[in-house]
Amino acid sequence: MFESALFGKLTLSAIPYTNPIIMSAVGGAALIGLLIIGWITQQGQWGYLWREWLTSVDHKRIGVMYIILAVVMMLRGFSDAIMMRIHQAYAEGLGQGFLPPEHYNQIFSAHGTIMIIFVAMPFFIGLMNYVVPLQIGARDVAYPFLNSVSFWLTAASAGLVMVSLAVGDFSQAGWSGYPPLSEMQYSPGSGVDYWMWSLQLGGIGTLLTGINFFVTIIKMRAPGMSYMKIPVFTWTILVTTVLIMLSFPVLTVTLFLLTLDRYLDMHFFTGGMGGNQMMFTNLFWVWGHPEVYIVILPAFGIYSEVVSTFSQKRLFGYASMVYASIAIAFLSFIVWLHHFFTMGAGADVNAFFGIATMIIAVPTGVKIFNWLFTMYRGRIQFTTPMLWSIGFIITFSIGGMTGVLLSVPGADFVLHNTEFLVAHFHNMLIPGALFGYFAGYSFWFPKMFGFRLDEKWGRRAFWSWLGGFYLAFMPLYALGFMGMPRRLVHYDNPIWQPYLLIALAGTVLISYGIFCQVAQLYVSIKNRAALRDTTGDIWNSHSLEWSVTSPPPFYNFAKVPYVESLDALSYKKEHGIPFRAEAPYSPIHMPRNSGVGVAIGAFTFVFGFAIVWHIWWLVIASTLAILVALVMRSNDEDVDYMLSAEEVARIEKNGAQASASAASGLSHHDMITQG
Amino acid sequence: MKKLWIKLLPLFLYPGLGYACEGDCGNSPWALLDPKGPIAADEMHLILTAFGLMLIVVIPVILMTFAFAWKYRAGNKEASYTPKWDNSHAIEVVVWTIPAIIVLILSILVWNSTHALTPEKPLASATKPLVVEVVAMDWKWLFIYPEQGIATVNKLVIPTGTPVTFHITSDSVMTSFFIPRLGGQIYAMAGMQTQLNLIADKAGTYRGLNTQFSGEGFSGMNFEVDATSPEAFQSWLQETKTVGQNLDNNRFRKLEEPTENERPAYFASVESGLFQNILQKYAMRQMSASNENHARMMQAQK
Repeated sequence: MFESALFGKLTLSAIPYTNPIIMSAVGGAALIGLLIIGWITQQGQWGYLWREWLTSVDHKRIGVMYIILAVVMMLRGFSDAIMMRIHQAYAEGLGQGFLPPEHYNQIFSAHGTIMIIFVAMPFFIGLMNYVVPLQIGARDVAYPFLNSVSFWLTAASAGLVMVSLAVGDFSQAGWSGYPPLSEMQYSPGSGVDYWMWSLQLGGIGTLLTGINFFVTIIKMRAPGMSYMKIPVFTWTILVTTVLIMLSFPVLTVTLFLLTLDRYLDMHFFTGGMGGNQMMFTNLFWVWGHPEVYIVILPAFGIYSEVVSTFSQKRLFGYASMVYASIAIAFLSFIVWLHHFFTMGAGADVNAFFGIATMIIAVPTGVKIFNWLFTMYRGRIQFTTPMLWSIGFIITFSIGGMTGVLLSVPGADFVLHNTEFLVAHFHNMLIPGALFGYFAGYSFWFPKMFGFRLDEKWGRRAFWSWLGGFYLAFMPLYALGFMGMPRRLVHYDNPIWQPYLLIALAGTVLISYGIFCQVAQLYVSIKNRAALRDTTGDIWNSHSLEWSVTSPPPFYNFAKVPYVESLDALSYKKEHGIPFRAEAPYSPIHMPRNSGVGVAIGAFTFVFGFAIVWHIWWLVIASTLAILVALVMRSNDEDVDYMLSAEEVARIEKNGAQASASAASGLSHHDMITQG
Repeated sequence: MKKLWIKLLPLFLYPGLGYACEGDCGNSPWALLDPKGPIAADEMHLILTAFGLMLIVVIPVILMTFAFAWKYRAGNKEASYTPKWDNSHAIEVVVWTIPAIIVLILSILVWNSTHALTPEKPLASATKPLVVEVVAMDWKWLFIYPEQGIATVNKLVIPTGTPVTFHITSDSVMTSFFIPRLGGQIYAMAGMQTQLNLIADKAGTYRGLNTQFSGEGFSGMNFEVDATSPEAFQSWLQETKTVGQNLDNNRFRKLEEPTENERPAYFASVESGLFQNILQKYAMRQMSASNENHARMMQAQK
């Protein structure tokens, strides 16, 4: 009795110490964590890390932290992928492969959840954090503190997924967690709760970010930047934030209803008592389909910037690109049923959703053509970001084609839930979203750190990823035509095996691509002196983020720029308008760093863990702690300061190098000079 | 190493070698391209038609990508270079119109094919349809032949040339009922009934399966479909009626216990109304609750 009050459902047996695979993964992750912690301690950098990074409300630092989170989670999600591929390649016949079903089922559920929620989302949110305020000539986002809270909520939920590895298990109901399988009756363990709460808490962080960036783009653009002068990447982000604000509340409510089912024995999605399982499926995809465009539209924005920059030409059809993005966003809300034509909704309903889905191919096709005509009569430089973009255009066209095929209900009836579907959505998300993020990463890396990434390793990474992608997923298309369903833990058809072996080879090639990316980072840091960019505009690009030094000073712009035209920087360069602010400077109003975001993240993590295990006293305590933190923050008057004009002058004079150390000095209270 | 090559060999020897298999022997491995009934054949043609139409856009895009990338590479100083050129109404019209026209054609195709192939639509045939009630269970398929009074597990026997109307529900989580060589799938959901109409033209043994992940035993939730001549079907019916056990309430409750990779089983008789009872089990409380509400509302009106 006492024990269950203290620990809820948590017992020592929740730790899977008898499973060598999980325990070595836990051990490996713990070892890497300890090594990093040890290294930071040895370098004596905890104070720096805390003051400058963890508590930072600077959108640039938060952006970098988001990207680091995405990369770490990508390694986890990819480990899951390669385990699935190895398993399936050798799972011909009963009891074959090396994973038991309960473990394999967790792996594919975790893989999907992690890759969408904790890789794709933080990766583009990181890039958007870094780039959007710079592109619109703003000094920060509208709500810098909220930005920090968003990040720490996301990190806390990612932490929750990682903890599920060591304590308890993860969901075995797939990343979409359809009831009744995800209900208490069929999934009584902690797995679904881990899935549900990590999605829920991370989703709140995302929703807050969406609001933050929507307001930032609407209200904080530099003077002169009317809507049709907004850089195209920022435009796609603006559309994305609208999608986030409209769709994430649906996810929040849907998961909340499932929570009521699981925790209080209600019947929203169970059979009987008026519940309906298909209501979950509908609601899930009312969020889920816009979510696909939430991760892809930002990548479209990146491709537009990259293709234009490296074709050394203006973007073709800017207005078309904007309207196409808006059209895609609108349509993304009226296609959700194509995820389950096989529900049997009837011909009229299915035909409507099928046609609505196809119509999305029109604005998407227009975007593809516009990128092509941006290349047309250009001077194309095949840098790594450009390679990712060209690889994307070709591969994504194939994925789009298979997508239109799936949108035909009659075709979907035979292709649904097969490996064809798996191949299709990876075909959209890997070249569509991930390649875009990689392009953005190598494109903006010099802006972030003042030196560019090594090209040789970048090219190796690209070719390995591209080749690996085709090897890994083309066989899955074929397997779909052979009628192989997804998520099999074993199969009895030997003819499928060679295709799965080829898919495994593709995954191995992708691992080499990831190795190349790690090597690229290492080599680039090592050779940073040779790769250094002193101009701030290393690619001779067109928008305002390139008008400041690399890395930019923490206040971004000493003077808020005036925007004369689309491609604001190109205009200034052509017309000889100086774009680096010169003296005299004015004092700058800046937000102060805050540890409250970290605290809220930590309490949220504790809350998530406690509620998964039904440790009620801890649920109440952590909720109170979050509330107290919020109240304290709301009553804190000392949240900002004025950076004096002399300091600005000193930083501008010394350039980028000085800006980092200046920022660190200024975060100490006693060093602030009031403006 | 040698073993791997032997395993890869069938890739190059496509199609149609006989190979060791259960429930799908002697057929081409390309299940969706090897239809054994008109629905599957229509669905295959639909895929191929839509595929062909889309190539009209996709092939030029891929060729243009390579051509532009090569011709306008930075090293080629001969190619024209117009850094400021960013708009052309002619091109804009073309890139919006061509995909729109193709989508319009596809939309007509979608509207017509969706209505023609909608799973609940009865199939035109001179022969009276065979009704089969399908219950998805953990983790096996129960087939009830209500008019014949028999039932099977993980084995579906149907006469060729006869439309088969499946009434489908689930006694557990959601699954998806699919016989690739006969035609498209439909979900099986507890408390709800879906319908699927299929015909087998050719006699043979085909694979049927669940495609919707449904828990630990999901991968083994397959069944064999024996499409036989009407005469052979009749004699199979007679045989089943004499040799099988009875599917009464007790036996059904035993069947409800989760099992994996279940072997086929045959039942000479089945409790009448079993399918309705399974449906009711999940829908009943809902019905009575709404009836009560209804009664309450009626009283309030008085």
